[in-house]
Amino acid sequence: MTAAVIVDHVSKRYRLYHERNQSLKASLLRGRRARYEDFMALDDVSFEIKEGTTFGLIGENGSGKSTMLKCMARILRPDGGSITTRGKVSALLELGAGFHPELSGRENVYLNGAILGLSRREIDALFDEIVDFSGIEQFIDAPVKNYSSGMYVRLGFAVAINVDPAVLLIDEVLAVGDQEFQNKCTDKINQFRSEGRTIVVVSHSLSSVGDLCDEAALIEHGHLVKVGPASETIDHYLSEILSIDPATLGIARRSTGEIKLQGVELISVNGAASDVVELGESVTFRFHYDVKESVESPVFGMSLTSSEGALVTGTNSKDQGLLTKVSLGLGYVDLVVPRLLVAKGRYHVTGTIYDSTQKTPIHEVGNLHTFEVVAGALRTSGITSLGGVWRAGA
Amino acid sequence: MNQLREYYERRELLSNLVLRELRSRYKRSALGWTWSLLNPLSSVLIYWVVFGVFLKVKAPIGDPSGQGNFVLFLLCALIPWNFFSNGVTQSIESLVVNAGLIRKVYFPRELLVASTIGGLLVTFLIELGVVITVLLIAGNMVLPWLPIVVLLVILQTLLVLGIGLLLSGANVYFRDVRHFVNLLMPMLFYSTPVVYPISYVPVNWQVAGRSIPLRSIYEMNPLVQLVSAYRALLYDLTFPSIGSLAYIAVWSIGLVLVGQFVFNRLDHRLAEEV
Repeated sequence: MTAAVIVDHVSKRYRLYHERNQSLKASLLRGRRARYEDFMALDDVSFEIKEGTTFGLIGENGSGKSTMLKCMARILRPDGGSITTRGKVSALLELGAGFHPELSGRENVYLNGAILGLSRREIDALFDEIVDFSGIEQFIDAPVKNYSSGMYVRLGFAVAINVDPAVLLIDEVLAVGDQEFQNKCTDKINQFRSEGRTIVVVSHSLSSVGDLCDEAALIEHGHLVKVGPASETIDHYLSEILSIDPATLGIARRSTGEIKLQGVELISVNGAASDVVELGESVTFRFHYDVKESVESPVFGMSLTSSEGALVTGTNSKDQGLLTKVSLGLGYVDLVVPRLLVAKGRYHVTGTIYDSTQKTPIHEVGNLHTFEVVAGALRTSGITSLGGVWRAGA
Repeated sequence: MNQLREYYERRELLSNLVLRELRSRYKRSALGWTWSLLNPLSSVLIYWVVFGVFLKVKAPIGDPSGQGNFVLFLLCALIPWNFFSNGVTQSIESLVVNAGLIRKVYFPRELLVASTIGGLLVTFLIELGVVITVLLIAGNMVLPWLPIVVLLVILQTLLVLGIGLLLSGANVYFRDVRHFVNLLMPMLFYSTPVVYPISYVPVNWQVAGRSIPLRSIYEMNPLVQLVSAYRALLYDLTFPSIGSLAYIAVWSIGLVLVGQFVFNRLDHRLAEEV
């Protein structure tokens, strides 16, 4: 297989200015040059991305993964080494970056298309598809400054995705728009994959990298730590850098290591574990943990997030005055919910263990568990239920 | 050569950026494109009253046109001057103004400089058209000279492009380039024969008993040659000297080459610095 992108010993240095000389006077007074320190955002990174694969770049904030993507997009030029790409590259770094607020959507489609390298004739041919994809037909002749941010981003995405690139670079822009539009984007990306195009994704979401990518590279402090099959790279990231056992469900955000959350079980009235709960039913959230070093009265916290990503509710053991004592080894703590009053839908559980000051999280796991609430005897609209009972007046 | 090819390959983008420039310039203004004619009109009025009426600057009689109107004399130089002055000041800002674009998308960044100048070139050509119409009404048969005027416009555009490329990159690193140029611009304006004829500049200047060949020094300014060439063609209806055309051409092409070279050097870290 041929490589779509060859990253060959790429280094990128940023200048960290102590005092920025953005005026000539300052520059002359302080000597010829501004004082700065070099910061190696990328240090001698080499890897290849095979044609037709989906490739993930992972790493912590400031690790250099976005710099890598920008180098691939030719926005930044590496100081050392080279990047070779085969075919047209389109980058989804910021959607609608080239839009001019005063111009209409139509004018901006042509402008943005041209920036991305399309000719007028090509845009003519794609125009209907772009507008159709964005779903904003009625506003296409209005100035984009009157667009909502969602419309703006949708139009930007529609242009960028229709450029017909051989290599598509994506920087966590997919979390935009409503559910329907997100589905459209996911479909489009899957279509790209099936058409054998190359996709490079930078993401914080290890689960989406795991789902999407064939291969992944882990970058840490500008160095390439590991490159290979996505699952292996993610496991390496979890175990070596976040020091979490990848076997635990969910993806950790923070960890200091004294206690680890192992997982959560939902236990229904009849005592059985179940991931489907009826609205208004009683349920117990059982958090399993593993104590490695003794911690004095840790605080357990949990929150529920809806499938749209909205925080629904959160609670912790200290709010209720529970002083937990933990001993080394495995254990669990229960959150007993007499009536679960959230509307039907899917929910994600985030679990957190804090120290007694509640300032430092010892271990936090987003997306620890997912469960489903179904409508039962109780029905509701909106996101929550009052659990009330209607009674006829006298 | 590479650069030329890049310009050619991205000509669609260049024309799109020029269109963006033109479309957005007078958006939401009631008079719209009338402004592009009102601005030079107001400066013509000011210079005519101050220099023509108050200071009694006499326009030389055009040879062989026989034209002696101060306003026409002024127009033939002022319109090209405005293109130069606006082109330089706006192209210097073009990278900083489009910082958002530079940070997020790749395309040859020279195009931002070129499109800013391109937008102004369109206005310049419209204004020039108006001036030519006025000259024709006043009896100056300028039509045979138009091919050379076109050549002059091309050379001037290159000159402005060269300066724009040279300074726009520098302005990203040192924002006071723009202030410095703003300071220099009026100086350049008065050292170019726009509001007065070149004959007002003494050939020799006596300072402390020594004679300085002021006129020769003055004529070394390529803008003096440029404005004089426009005036020769449009006002006098005569051929500017080949030497002076060649002088302008050397400056224009030289500045484009130097400008492009400097721009390439500074382009390297543009997305980080802008």
